[in-house]
Amino acid sequence: MRPFLSSKWTKVMVFLVCLIPLALLINRALSGRLGANPVEFLQHATGDWTLRFLIFTLAITPLRKLLNLPELIRFRRMLGLFAFFYVCLHFLTYIGPDQSFDLAGMGKDVWKRPFITVGFLAFVLLIPLAITSTAGWIRRLGGRRWQMLHRAVYLSAILGVIHYYWLVKSDVRKPLFYGALVAILLGYRVWAVVAKKVAARTA
Amino acid sequence: MLIRKPSDLTYADVTPKAWYLNRRKFLQGIGIASAAAVASQSLLRMAWPSHYAYAGTKLNYVKSQFDTDEKITPYNDVTHYNNFYEFGTDKGDPAKNSQQFRTSPWTVSVEGEVANPRKFSIDEILKLAPLEERIYRHRCVEAWSIVVPWIGYSLSNILKLFQPTEKAKYVAFESYYDLKQMPQSRGTGLDYPYVEGLRLDEAMNPLTLLCVGMYGETLPNQDGAPVRMVIPWKYGFKSIKSIVKIKFVKGEPPTTWSRMASSEYGFYSNVNPDVDHPRWSQAKERRLGEILKRKTLMFNGYGDLVASMYTGMNLKKNF
Repeated sequence: MRPFLSSKWTKVMVFLVCLIPLALLINRALSGRLGANPVEFLQHATGDWTLRFLIFTLAITPLRKLLNLPELIRFRRMLGLFAFFYVCLHFLTYIGPDQSFDLAGMGKDVWKRPFITVGFLAFVLLIPLAITSTAGWIRRLGGRRWQMLHRAVYLSAILGVIHYYWLVKSDVRKPLFYGALVAILLGYRVWAVVAKKVAARTA
Repeated sequence: MLIRKPSDLTYADVTPKAWYLNRRKFLQGIGIASAAAVASQSLLRMAWPSHYAYAGTKLNYVKSQFDTDEKITPYNDVTHYNNFYEFGTDKGDPAKNSQQFRTSPWTVSVEGEVANPRKFSIDEILKLAPLEERIYRHRCVEAWSIVVPWIGYSLSNILKLFQPTEKAKYVAFESYYDLKQMPQSRGTGLDYPYVEGLRLDEAMNPLTLLCVGMYGETLPNQDGAPVRMVIPWKYGFKSIKSIVKIKFVKGEPPTTWSRMASSEYGFYSNVNPDVDHPRWSQAKERRLGEILKRKTLMFNGYGDLVASMYTGMNLKKNF
């Protein structure tokens, strides 16, 4: 397992796998299979994939520790950047077909609609994280500060789930499912910190 | 082809479209004469159990004065992208999950504050008044819209047969509900059976359509077979599907969506670009088939015919 995870080719493979949702969407679009409301289809699909990639990203740390596979860290940045990639597509479907690229109108909408506000915030929070995702930026900021900054992804994931929860009319099963996953992944971190403190005190 | 007197035919006698098409193909292929057609049709009728009403059977109708001349939304979009939460909450669920739904026998009970309550079979409903085709705009509360050639007649045709008591001020509607036939209704967040209502004057408005078909045919199951309401100046969820009960009542009747979230879905639910849903704007809508959104019209463009019913009413409060 470990040589496999450390291989250069595994990274290439994971990269290609992360592009599959996009490839499938393009294929659907080209063959006219986006349904009666193609804009909404793309909006929902890119939103779903953003949440999924955020969850994959957040799953790396717990999996590394629980499975004792520190090599998994090699994929975290890529998964995080794919979450950012899909949220950019998601944002494009909103600002384009929904707002006709009218920035003033968009501003009003973001301000007025809580469900758009939280979605927009979740998106904006990811921008500095994407920018500072390089090794150069880690060096410039210093590991500790970089890590502090990148904890913003927790908030982004929570806001993303709220955004989805506030969108649906009455059937909250899917947003709650995403919410449960995010809660488990963040809960693990809280638990890890508490366990560490307890261990330190008893030591 | 031998045709009996039309009055002898019932809804269940109408040859299903699929059979009709199959028969044509069959005949074209083999080239047998009309005698064979009569024989095959009666055979088909024998072979086909008569307790199902079929979507996709042709209806006879006249044109109406209420048509919009906007482009009609393709049949496939209207039948494969819609809400009918009893069959699931995804827009494709109703088409997927309603195909086995039994719509015959079907009766609609008209009751409540009337001197003469009675039940109608679907055949009686079909013959009660001349069927009209009405091409209406249809605006969903989710900010998408379609243009549909519905078939039916003004609800007033049936309401006029009753002698409401003085107490009758509203009309309440109820949908069919059977968990066994609608297992996907579980967990959708709504209470069933689905209920809706109108003020009596709204119910009597000629635009208010009792609908039995669309696109020249009986209603497909997923669009509310065999009989539904279409109220084009209100958000789509007011147009209740698969109706089994119409009741004259004293007070404002409860409605399903309002019961679920009264701050978001009011009793009136008139299409109004100036009154937003608490969570999203109602100023614009996406017509299926279009990319950019278009402006939503007050009363969905039917103000001429309905605005007078709301004179002096605060539409922001009574949303």
